[in-house]
Amino acid sequence: MPNLKKIVGIVALMVVSLGLIGCGEKKEKVSIKGSDTLVNLAQKWVEVYGAEHKDVAFEVGGGGSGVGIKGMMNGTVKMATASRAVKPKEAEAIKKKFGKDAMPHVVALDALAIYVHKDNPLNEISIDQLKGIYGKDRTITKWSQLGVTVKPDEISLWNRQNSSGTYAYFQKTVLGKNGEFTLDAKSASGSKEIVEAIETDISALGYSGMGYKTDGVKWLKVKKTADSPAVEPSEKTAQDKSYPVSRPLRIYTIGEPVGASKAFLDWVKSSGGQKIVKEMGYVRIGSDKKPS
Amino acid sequence: MSQAPTQPAPDPRRRKPVVPMLLDKSEPFVQTMIRLCGWSAILFVLAIFFFVFKEALPVLNDLDLGEFFTSDQWRPTSEVKEQFGIFALLAGTLSVTALAMLIAVPLGLGAAVYVSEFASPKVKESLKIIIELLAAIPSVVWGFIGMAVLAPIIKTQLGTSDGVNILNGGIILALMSIPIIVSVGEDALRAVPDSYREAAIALGASRWEVVAKVLFPAAKSGLLAAVLLGVGRAIGETMAVLMATGHKPMTPGSIFDPVQTLTATIAAELGEVFQGGTHYRVLFLIGIVLFVITFIVNLTADIVVKGIKGKTNE
Repeated sequence: MPNLKKIVGIVALMVVSLGLIGCGEKKEKVSIKGSDTLVNLAQKWVEVYGAEHKDVAFEVGGGGSGVGIKGMMNGTVKMATASRAVKPKEAEAIKKKFGKDAMPHVVALDALAIYVHKDNPLNEISIDQLKGIYGKDRTITKWSQLGVTVKPDEISLWNRQNSSGTYAYFQKTVLGKNGEFTLDAKSASGSKEIVEAIETDISALGYSGMGYKTDGVKWLKVKKTADSPAVEPSEKTAQDKSYPVSRPLRIYTIGEPVGASKAFLDWVKSSGGQKIVKEMGYVRIGSDKKPS
Repeated sequence: MSQAPTQPAPDPRRRKPVVPMLLDKSEPFVQTMIRLCGWSAILFVLAIFFFVFKEALPVLNDLDLGEFFTSDQWRPTSEVKEQFGIFALLAGTLSVTALAMLIAVPLGLGAAVYVSEFASPKVKESLKIIIELLAAIPSVVWGFIGMAVLAPIIKTQLGTSDGVNILNGGIILALMSIPIIVSVGEDALRAVPDSYREAAIALGASRWEVVAKVLFPAAKSGLLAAVLLGVGRAIGETMAVLMATGHKPMTPGSIFDPVQTLTATIAAELGEVFQGGTHYRVLFLIGIVLFVITFIVNLTADIVVKGIKGKTNE
């Protein structure tokens, strides 16, 4: 037994030291953290890109746009993924600490889809109606007010937690610059959780990224005004901006990216990286790359 | 070993064997180590106190405490007007905890009595294993069960507009606290000497009378500790309530309303908050509020236990 222990110990030591040598010698570490909306996509990028670039050790994490930007401020994150723009306060802190600006790189587009349960009879909704549902005044609280019969009639409303980038974006886009959310909504702490909650709730309504659709839920077509056509969220409608609730997803770096970060970002924006964007249910940047 | 066998009458000063002598010598060292362990526990608690207070206190300059406790407007990230009113969150925490205890205490103590007094040895062993297994389920899993399994059941069976609500959170929290109540309560009951039971049975008491009139009074403080540990678990729980209660910052009107609890608020918002800002500090202030609630619970428990002890000593 003691012998066995010794052997195991020595082997473990060898493995660890080998690992250390490997790290110390050539691997450059790049940590990509932030938006929950982007975490699956970033993970996939790193998987594919990393398979061909073994000299770079990528590390991907979520937690929210704010977490990534905060990590960048204290130096633990090299690239911050964000579904919102950096706030003036944050930009100032970064500039002060590093002497460089936080540089945005648009890496994908995201159309925020309005989700309902798959058996919900409603098919389209206007921005004004959304405002009535989500706004502080709550002029719409029942499905019958939207012209459909759902049992129970009360809209079971889902929001995101108030610190998420998706929440802030939806607020600005749907409720307007000075619009306030109603407090009469449940909140989910992730893009995926909100869809999971709607799956099991016939009278639920919520919003989340396009990439999170499952068989248990469906998208509503969105009308900019009561008279304009109802637009389904899709790559085309997000790129030509006819779908009213779409936004750019960004990766922030401190100053111009260099070395491995630059190579990675260039690849992400190339057709190789953008192919994955499409596969994961997001929208590719720019329609100049040939549409399909 | 070093002593020559030819010396039959050893020097009295050398009578002590080597090992105990070493122990004697190491005694001060061991004492210091143990003292250090004890002090470090206190030190950690103080350090946590210091840190939480240090982060929270600066906010008192620009926060109206009256509004903080009585307003139900929780809008910490509003760009129009930031509002920090925790009344609804406080109501959320208290209502979910109260409901959880209403379910968990009778069930937990009942199960403890059954396991300790009535179950056959075989049943007892398997029950104990299963209950311990119940305690090992991570809270995220509990939350998921609440959201994905319990919520649709509540919604369709009771016809409420929300499946995730106080009832859901209360049931999930109760299920999470029951294992603690059962195992601590069972220990307390087992600690009652058998002579008590024998004496009661000899006097003609039924099994139920033995439990109600002999065991419960004898094990009172242990059972109370079991209940309080359960309360602590329920108040402090974060992930499960975050998912099962719906996380809606409104004062509830019935147990079918979704609520947002203090712990879940910290968990959901601290990660993305601007460090050093008002929102950040207010979240730490909520931490202090939780401290105070727990302190009151523990203090009440202490007083109650002392009261019980005083009575039984008479």
